[in-house]
Amino acid sequence: MTRLRHAALAAALAGSLVAAGCGSGFDDNGSTTTQQSAGPADLKIMIASSGDAETKAVQDAAAQWASSSGSKATVTPAQDIVQQLGQALAGSTPPDVFYVDAARFADYASVGALEPYAQGMEGVDSFLPNLRQSFTFEDKLYCVPKDTSTLALQINTDLWKKAGLTDADIPTSWEQLRATAQKIKAKNITPLAIGDTRDRIGAFLVQAGGYWVSPDGKQATGDTAQNVEALTYVQGLLKEGLAKYPKALDAGWAGEAFGKGKVAMTIEGNWIKGALTADFPNIKYTVKELPAGPKGKGTLSFTQCWGIAAKSKFKQQAVAFVQAMTSAEQQLSFSKAFGVMPSRQDAQATYQQQNPDDAAFVAGAQYAQGPVNAPKMDSVLADLDSGLQGLQTGDPKAVLQRFDKNAKTALGG
Amino acid sequence: MPRGIRGNERPAGWLFVAPALIILGLFMLLPILMALWVSLTRWNGQGSPFTGDVPFAGLQNYTRLFTDEGLARQDFMTSIRNNAYYVLLVVPIQTVLALALALVVNNRLLKGKGFFRTAFYFPSVTSSVAISVVFLFMFANGGAINAILSVFGINGPQWFSDPRGLIHLAFGDQAPALLADHSLLGLSWWDWLAGPSVAMCAIITLVIWTTSGTFMVMFLAALQNVPVQLEEAGLIDGASAWQRLRHIILPQLRPTTFLVVTLGLIGTWQVFDQIYVMSQGNPAKTTLTPAFLSYRTAFRDFDYGSGAAISFVLFLIIVVLTLVQRRLTRERD
Repeated sequence: MTRLRHAALAAALAGSLVAAGCGSGFDDNGSTTTQQSAGPADLKIMIASSGDAETKAVQDAAAQWASSSGSKATVTPAQDIVQQLGQALAGSTPPDVFYVDAARFADYASVGALEPYAQGMEGVDSFLPNLRQSFTFEDKLYCVPKDTSTLALQINTDLWKKAGLTDADIPTSWEQLRATAQKIKAKNITPLAIGDTRDRIGAFLVQAGGYWVSPDGKQATGDTAQNVEALTYVQGLLKEGLAKYPKALDAGWAGEAFGKGKVAMTIEGNWIKGALTADFPNIKYTVKELPAGPKGKGTLSFTQCWGIAAKSKFKQQAVAFVQAMTSAEQQLSFSKAFGVMPSRQDAQATYQQQNPDDAAFVAGAQYAQGPVNAPKMDSVLADLDSGLQGLQTGDPKAVLQRFDKNAKTALGG
Repeated sequence: MPRGIRGNERPAGWLFVAPALIILGLFMLLPILMALWVSLTRWNGQGSPFTGDVPFAGLQNYTRLFTDEGLARQDFMTSIRNNAYYVLLVVPIQTVLALALALVVNNRLLKGKGFFRTAFYFPSVTSSVAISVVFLFMFANGGAINAILSVFGINGPQWFSDPRGLIHLAFGDQAPALLADHSLLGLSWWDWLAGPSVAMCAIITLVIWTTSGTFMVMFLAALQNVPVQLEEAGLIDGASAWQRLRHIILPQLRPTTFLVVTLGLIGTWQVFDQIYVMSQGNPAKTTLTPAFLSYRTAFRDFDYGSGAAISFVLFLIIVVLTLVQRRLTRERD
């Protein structure tokens, strides 16, 4: 019986060896990728679409580029781009061009998945400098931002009137924000809904003159006096019931609480426009710049870039494609189609003329701070978020110290 | 080896089992070995993990989970804690509930058996993602559960944003110095003793509700195999209903109970889809489980080695617990 069992084991092993032989197609042949420098290409483009409007607009623009350049361009909207890209990169068959979120950018750049094509690209200086910084890794600009959004303060004008407030009460500083919020609360209205993540609360850090990491993304700078001041201020708002997290308002995100008319103010980005039009068309609101902190104005920017795979066979054509997608004209047509803000300085003036209500977002783009731009930080930042979720009863300094400790390990510094 | 009149039958035998062996080897054994290899490397997800360029990490991915102070160990231990409380609650409750449902449905006096059988089994055949979404609505702050609680004058919690553990809630929020100052594997004793969080309890309720139907079917099949004569003999001897259940029926169900508990243990340690859909590990990591952590480490952090290592540790935990359980419930001769 044992002999039979041994034989079976041997056979199974032999079988898996044969299978391993078949699996040699897995092998890395990236080094021998043949470059097709000119002529027609077959570009695969993967996008993390915000919805049907974006998918269609990008598909149309790609089709137009394809017919004028004689190449083929296939646009695929991804369900979960991080996972789908991860699989494609592991299999050495990444799409030629894909969206890269600024928050994930360093992860891709650090493992060599991206081609640093933007280094010498023509007209690269037209893009907003702080956005370019978001896509710079180890002093190399890897890719160009496709568009941008910034955080601003949304005010529900009906509730504002109900609380007896006027335009003069629109807060422009932390003190005013607190004073106005107290007036609103006195009328039994929740003043402010703010998302419980670094991507919202981080704006207060910028206003206080601090941030989670150093500008080059190499050092954790959590535990500083400025950051403690900012978190203590936010904690004060939460403790006094002047601000609430969306979950406490039974909303998935702050925009939903705002749209349902549960709060007088919220802090969200450009995307709230589309969401409110779609889900809560009757709400009346106005958008203002975020109140300034002790160190002046500050907000956060969010952006994605057109990444080109280091393993793409058609890099030259891919760069041409990206150039076509990021021309001032094309960016303006995208912003008409799905409401994003152009990432080029030369397109922003026109954008502001076309969308006067977005003045606060456009103004923010000038001084906005991008996301944490360092690799391997995802779990550290997730841990930071769980600290921020408990900010109301927690200790701001402890949250920041914990972040520093974890970030140092991740950054290897 | 005796030779039959038809000659040596051994090659023919191998030929017949070859398809199964090849399929199992190709689709089970080989991927497992490949994952094992990945867990020993620092592969970053670029290209194939089977080339010389991939840095070899040895057992580092494993030691990081147990010995190195840091976020990796803390996250892993938190996920083990969460999952342990989850298993401790789900497995006993779902087993008892499944048995109770089976006894009810098996009752000869019950009318409309078919209806109840279908009703109890229905959650098991529905997509777990769909059920999770429905539960999200039910457990919303203004959802059905809190509405019912408020009828009884109870102010329901904010289910999916409440990270407080049940044991912490019972004993107050302040940690005694003794528990807060000592730590084990990166978590303080106080943290280990948190109990399942309020958010986790909502997920526990969901899982018990969905899976007890499946296990009810198993118990039902076993109950229908218990000879009626045995129970009648008990009746004649004057055994009460409880005595008949305890001394006649339950011993007959022993193999099924073993099966149900084993399947329950394995399934609960691997909980993933409900976490993915409902909470993604939030609030404050109290619904983080090893399976979800493994996914997040590999596909979000591009740390495929650590992700694979976590899943192998999870595999070992399941094997060890199943063996222990087998030993404990073995029939004493």
